[in-house]
Amino acid sequence: MKQFLEGATSIAKTVALCRPGVIAAYPITPQTHIVEELSAIVANGELKAEMVNVESEHSAASCILGAVATGVRAFSSTSSQGLLLMAEVVFNIAGLRLPVVMCCVNRAVSAPINIWNDQQDIMTLRDAGVVLFFAESIQEACDLHIQAFKLAEDPAIMLPVIINIDGFVLSHGYEAVEFPSQEMVDKFLPPYNPPFKLDPQNPLTFGALVGPEWYLETRYAIHKTMLDEVPNKIKQIAEEFTKMFGRTSYGLYEKYKLDDAENIFVSFGSVAGPIKDVVDSLRERNEKVGLLRIITYRPFPQEIGDILLKAKKIIVLEKDISLGATGALYSDVITSLYISAHRNKVSCLPKILGYVCGLGGRDISLEEIEDLYRKEDLVESEFVGLKKENLGSFI
Amino acid sequence: MIDEKILLTPGHTACAGCGEALAARLVIDAAGPNTIVVTNTGCLEVFSSTYPYSSWRVPFIHSLFENAAAVASGIESALNYLGKTDINIIAQAGDGGFGDIGLQAFSGLWERGHNVLSICYDNEAYMNTGIQRSGTSPTGANTGTSPVGKLSYGNPTWKKNLLEIALAHRCSYVATASISYPVDLQNKVKKALKIKGAKFIHILVPCPLGWGYEPYLSVKIAELAVETGLWPLVEYENGELKKVRKIKNIKPIEEYLSLQKRTQHLLLEENRHVLEIWKDFIKRNIEKYQLLETS
Repeated sequence: MKQFLEGATSIAKTVALCRPGVIAAYPITPQTHIVEELSAIVANGELKAEMVNVESEHSAASCILGAVATGVRAFSSTSSQGLLLMAEVVFNIAGLRLPVVMCCVNRAVSAPINIWNDQQDIMTLRDAGVVLFFAESIQEACDLHIQAFKLAEDPAIMLPVIINIDGFVLSHGYEAVEFPSQEMVDKFLPPYNPPFKLDPQNPLTFGALVGPEWYLETRYAIHKTMLDEVPNKIKQIAEEFTKMFGRTSYGLYEKYKLDDAENIFVSFGSVAGPIKDVVDSLRERNEKVGLLRIITYRPFPQEIGDILLKAKKIIVLEKDISLGATGALYSDVITSLYISAHRNKVSCLPKILGYVCGLGGRDISLEEIEDLYRKEDLVESEFVGLKKENLGSFI
Repeated sequence: MIDEKILLTPGHTACAGCGEALAARLVIDAAGPNTIVVTNTGCLEVFSSTYPYSSWRVPFIHSLFENAAAVASGIESALNYLGKTDINIIAQAGDGGFGDIGLQAFSGLWERGHNVLSICYDNEAYMNTGIQRSGTSPTGANTGTSPVGKLSYGNPTWKKNLLEIALAHRCSYVATASISYPVDLQNKVKKALKIKGAKFIHILVPCPLGWGYEPYLSVKIAELAVETGLWPLVEYENGELKKVRKIKNIKPIEEYLSLQKRTQHLLLEENRHVLEIWKDFIKRNIEKYQLLETS
């Protein structure tokens, strides 16, 4: 049965179905409703778990690191500055090969302080060895949480996973969400039982000092898992999920009306919704256009270049920017295209237009998206919706 | 008698005469094999767990410089969830990792009252990075970042009082200990582990390299710290002072300072005002803890 609920509440209810034994909570807007709802679920006895009200996000990540190292499934969520404070812990969790699952409710990074949505925060952890999912809808955010635990805890993976949802748009938005039964989730997601844990019966050392003679291989091992194991496992888990819960889960990416598409939008997160509306509207006018929506951003799916190679024009739209360079997704798309062209011995690359939008919660309209589609000039990371009259104060 | 289980095995790479290695061994041997140890980054973690070796015969985890207390909070919560409440948990760190960068996490651990024993191995500076001052370095200490010079007598500030900070958090057990009183140290660890809640033991661990003395002097210097009244051995239960090791004859602090290169300059006439700070601190200790033995 579907329930019409807020995104944060829906995610908390879904996480509870995954039965974490330890939850670390620290408030930060717009994530706070998730840990509040989880606190209520635990306080009402609907989930047996230890709620730890930590004194910072650094400790939230460290707390669930400790819990997972002890062999207990754990969860936390955060946003923006909280994620940045967690950053060194998340790198550490990946290096320790601990299957921690977290939700990042994406929000702009200070200064200037801004609590609204963009995806700059998570780009800080792009290179940490953490699997990154981006949800388009509340339903997908919920479904990805269930899959994330299964992926992270797979003995062949043993890496952290962060599910990204757009702040306010998904965390505070309402949607009719389908919740699976506890029995079904239990069947899909067996109890966490790691081969290595902190246990006096079998004393092991975690987090040793590793010198130049070993370190390189530890990094290669994570990279190799990311490239070779994670993508296949994501596909497999998504298929299993679709079969068991009767709801399509796309796994690595979604190909929206791409079959004959000559012009392709590439994006991730909730902005995919309006882009789909624009694609539908253009399709009605016989334009051959589609959307390649990235769900798994790390590891970056290797097929992306192959899919895009057939296009005439690619429009990358993202809510982040590597200041002084380009948008993160834009550079990944170009890299992937170049590698694919080289492999397929293709010398002519599609035209690529890179756009940055929505920073700090600035709205982007359907008209603006359609305008981008009409453009032909190559741009690397052009800001959409800049107000020239505002610039005078800053430049 | 000293309890020797050898749970921190020989063959590690600590310096000769390392006070911290001795203290850590006494602690874990007192705690016993049914213990999980969490250690912040620092000398202890480096010398005892260099891959592919480990000296730890108990479960050991090192994550970062400042998060042992938060990791231990997660471990304790996980064990509570599993119903395994009989396992000891120790969160330990050097003085920099404990009192400076890691203090927030220890504050959180203490305030929440996790059933964890916190241990600070205090060698009064950042030794692992090569002797730089910390918030727990004493006044006048000559270190890499508080060097003695034409305009400087060394570290300008007095030691942060970790004992008072722990007491302000209402920890159920708070004590000081010294490597020169190993049986007392081990008894305190055993007692702390029997008490529920957040516990803290602050151990002074002289460092031959950082303090500038011959390695064979570590135990003697630690003993002098107690006998001069500089490092009183005390024990609090639920905020109440329960036990103080009394001293028959307080030894002059000059004896302690003269043995160490980091403090020898404090005996010069020009640094008399710094020496007075030390003497004043000792005077307060004697009064506060009634250190003198009355016959």
